[in-house]
Amino acid sequence: MIPAAFDYLAPTTLDEAVALLDRHGGQAKVLAGGQSLLPLLKLRLGQVGLLVDLGRVPGLEYIKEEGGFLRVGAATRESALERSDLVRSKYPILVDTAAVIADPLVRNRATVGGNLAHGDPANDHPATMLALGATVVARGPKGERTIPIEQFFTGLFSTALAANEILTEVRIPVPPPGSGGAYLKLERKVGDFATAGAAVQLVLGSGSRIEKVGIGLTAMGEVPVKATDAEASLRGKTPDPKVLAEAARLAARAANPTVDRRGSVEYKREMARVLTERALRRAIERAGGKR
Amino acid sequence: MSSHSIRVSVNGAAHEATVDARYLLVHLLRETLRLTGTHIGCDTTHCGACTVLLDGEPVKSCTVLAVQADGRDVMTVEGLEQGGKLDPVQEGFWQEHGLQCGFCTPGMLMTSYALLKRNPDPSEGEIREAISGNLCRCTGYVNIVKSIQYAAAKRHAEVS
Repeated sequence: MIPAAFDYLAPTTLDEAVALLDRHGGQAKVLAGGQSLLPLLKLRLGQVGLLVDLGRVPGLEYIKEEGGFLRVGAATRESALERSDLVRSKYPILVDTAAVIADPLVRNRATVGGNLAHGDPANDHPATMLALGATVVARGPKGERTIPIEQFFTGLFSTALAANEILTEVRIPVPPPGSGGAYLKLERKVGDFATAGAAVQLVLGSGSRIEKVGIGLTAMGEVPVKATDAEASLRGKTPDPKVLAEAARLAARAANPTVDRRGSVEYKREMARVLTERALRRAIERAGGKR
Repeated sequence: MSSHSIRVSVNGAAHEATVDARYLLVHLLRETLRLTGTHIGCDTTHCGACTVLLDGEPVKSCTVLAVQADGRDVMTVEGLEQGGKLDPVQEGFWQEHGLQCGFCTPGMLMTSYALLKRNPDPSEGEIREAISGNLCRCTGYVNIVKSIQYAAAKRHAEVS
């Protein structure tokens, strides 16, 4: 399969890339790893006038802690995230996530920024970034702005990025002591999109009370779901089985999945409940020092 | 539609070509360079039959534009054999009956080759994880795993 014809430019600076997007408006699309975009173009589910390839723009692949944040360059490959010692030691939720995105070959190309900017509610990073309370950095003709992840997903395959903006970085608050996180995904086979997925990141304070918690759900609606009622039900509580079960029930209530070959609405909502409860348990274990 | 002059190193040899922007890397290899060892299977980023190494990393060449490979190194299954001698992964697939119909084999070989470069001593679990993006339509995974284990042992023997 060959995509419909398009023009292609590979700028070598970010400013040049932004200028190209600005000039071509809605006709242009950013190409990063291409593991979602190229299949979509090949299947002719979409068409573009111009691809602006970020592959020749240096300085967009990095993973570092700085100023209280884990800063991940938008073009960082999923395989790099998965193998990073820093990520493996302090951000197990991100290792969980990277390890279940598509397959290892795709992860050698696929980027963290692309996984978010594609705006697909069935992608895996949106839920984990919602749980982590991440911020994304966007660069446009007027400079840089930051967008809280809760405001980033505006609709199916739609994000808060303007046509002339490029996602350049994801910022994740460095987890304080007592933190734990986990991402669980139910998939029919390797490489499939999630039937359901649940991400949890929390902080246990004194007396093992839950001080802070974020919960994100994958493939549970037109946009990635932040389970705010479930989060609120957990704050300040000691995580006994009853509390966790109630939070999972509330998370499932926030889910609004659609029926497809992966299952019925009822089944998917139930899986969201089960995965949320399990992710909560694993996050709590990890907060207590278990890997 | 834009057309681009590219220079790609394939199995160590420099090639120049002029390609349309939408031309895929797998087409460059198979049709322009006539390196037909790389197969097109599903053509939808699932099966891994088209796996080649791009700057040393295994990728699905049906999901990379030829123009994205400009200035980069590509290695295909044709590049495994050196001076008439099979690479250990090729020998492993031969000795351990790692193929039935053979369609997935070029992709399996390239993924295995890259795995053993990165991790010379993989566990069975790590092998299965590494080839989880390569589908064998004959379902011959048991022997494929054995083939990769054979290759790992052979590489160790060659080093020592």
